Amino acid sequence: MKALSQKRRHPFAFVALLLLGLLLTGGLYAAATTVNQAQASNTPDGFSSEQVEEGERLFVANCATCHGMNAEGSDAGPSLVGVGAASVEFQVGTGRMPMQMQGPQAQQKPPQFNEEQTTQLAAYVASLGAGPGIPDDEWLDVDQGDPARGGELFRINCAMCHNAAGAGGALTEGKYAPSLHGVDAVHIYTAMTTGPQNMPVFNDANIPPEDKRDIIAFLKTYEKQGSPGGFSLGFLGPVSEGLLIWTLGLALLVGSMVWLTSRSS
Amino acid sequence: MAEHGNGDSTAVVKAGDGTSGGYAIDNPGLPPHRPRLADVDEKAAKRSERQVAAMFIVSIIGTLMFFVGYFAVARMDQFDDYFEGMTALRVQNTLIGVGTALAMLGIGLGIVHWAKTLMPDHEVTEARKPLRTEADRAEAEEIVTGIIEETQIKRRPLLRNTMIAAALLAPLPAVVLFRDLDRTEDFGVERMRHSLWDEGVRLVRDPTGTPIRASDLTIGSAMHVIPENLREIESHGDRLAEKAKAVVLLMRLNPDDLKEPTPGREDWGHDGIIACSKVCTHVGCPVALYERHTHHLLCPCHQSTFDASEEFKVTFGPAGRPLPQLPITVDDEGFLIARSDFTEPVGPTYWERGHTDPEGDFPA
Repeated sequence: MKALSQKRRHPFAFVALLLLGLLLTGGLYAAATTVNQAQASNTPDGFSSEQVEEGERLFVANCATCHGMNAEGSDAGPSLVGVGAASVEFQVGTGRMPMQMQGPQAQQKPPQFNEEQTTQLAAYVASLGAGPGIPDDEWLDVDQGDPARGGELFRINCAMCHNAAGAGGALTEGKYAPSLHGVDAVHIYTAMTTGPQNMPVFNDANIPPEDKRDIIAFLKTYEKQGSPGGFSLGFLGPVSEGLLIWTLGLALLVGSMVWLTSRSS
Repeated sequence: MAEHGNGDSTAVVKAGDGTSGGYAIDNPGLPPHRPRLADVDEKAAKRSERQVAAMFIVSIIGTLMFFVGYFAVARMDQFDDYFEGMTALRVQNTLIGVGTALAMLGIGLGIVHWAKTLMPDHEVTEARKPLRTEADRAEAEEIVTGIIEETQIKRRPLLRNTMIAAALLAPLPAVVLFRDLDRTEDFGVERMRHSLWDEGVRLVRDPTGTPIRASDLTIGSAMHVIPENLREIESHGDRLAEKAKAVVLLMRLNPDDLKEPTPGREDWGHDGIIACSKVCTHVGCPVALYERHTHHLLCPCHQSTFDASEEFKVTFGPAGRPLPQLPITVDDEGFLIARSDFTEPVGPTYWERGHTDPEGDFPA
């Protein structure tokens, strides 16, 4: 140490320091670029080429009948070029795809592929063309969301179809907006970015990821808090409440009048 | 047992053979009195007594439930955790509601059961009073003629005529007062023809108020839109009134899906982006249920369906007119702006809608 401090003012000390600095920056930069190159060998969405290959195999075996051998689409199903990994995550992850039968819209059912397979399919579809990807966990963390703000956004953008309480509702010609109770955060998010079935697309330019997180936080809060008093009757408002009071309520009234006027045995 | 009917033969409806003047069916009288179980069996009476007491006790329990719910359950705002508070609220509501119901129902059912099983049950018949006698009619006629006589209304036509004139004029203030409800001058029916949209007004997102670039909408997107100048209105009430007329749904379709526009409307959209009023032309519900593949817009109130690909024409339901389309374009900075106001009044039909517009902005 003593020797170093003595040579501190040596004329070449400055040059040595400069060299050392340049070496360090250059080395770090080189290391960083190799990391980037390593990532670049994956697809832009961060899927590995193995996942894409495996996904293609699954696709050909399970989806190509309707969507075509190269996902180019056919009369029975749309092209999947550019629909993105988010579409696969939603459609396959909620069991809507593979479809059981043609109808007004695909029905939700227990998923036929496990998470790993769903990711592989998503990797393959994402490799076909750029589209909405699977959201970062940051945007699905409801603890960071603002449920009150999410409620306002929900009432403006979603409630007209999905009901103010997220219980779902009817659309035209047999189609319907499903209930949002019990739906995974990632599926709520990917539904917004991809617009499955007849749902409009709410991309990140329309509703930014923070706002989407607020909406999910609102839905999860609503789901957790339950009905503030009595039976929710499906959260359908005057429809189910009216049906109950006009059938059960009137029957009770009629019954009590019959009892009131009948003679005791 | 009293006799059915009454003695006045002029007042009863006669039927039967038309000559005897009697009833078609002989009065069968009341069925024989049948003693109840509790009348003859002391054990049954005791059982009824216990049942009635049980119903009263149910009522007492219900009242206690109310007080437990009201006082013993902690109020929602005493919890730090929102969800624990909601659970307490639910318990509280249930105890108060069910408790009050039982408290009322228990007393009511108990008294009815008491009366039916234990209180005396001898039959009583109350004879109906005669409907009208000739004497009553004559008396009424006498009163009316008396009034005419005593008021001298026939003899003094001046009194009669001024009274009729006064009675005819008296309701007129009411007509004037109720006409004020119309407030034609203050309220201004002309306001219903115009909205905040005007040439160059930017389309902004509801509720954030951020402007919209054409590229923000991918095909299939739908966006809920208000005019940018809406936030300049200070009064909350006026802002809501203007918002109610100006709310717009913006959507982007594949341009190939759009049908050929009618002449004069060729440049109302921008590259597949179209905008329409959200106020239903039937009775004014918000039409915002948009199906992106069928391009249906459904009104949730009466199921009127509009086709966005054909200038929002009505394809189903009670609506009488297409939804008004807002002509839009893009400004120098790439943001979506309105080309003009709506070219017709938005929303349902109203009395003055078809009248000629004094400013000539709208076709009659």
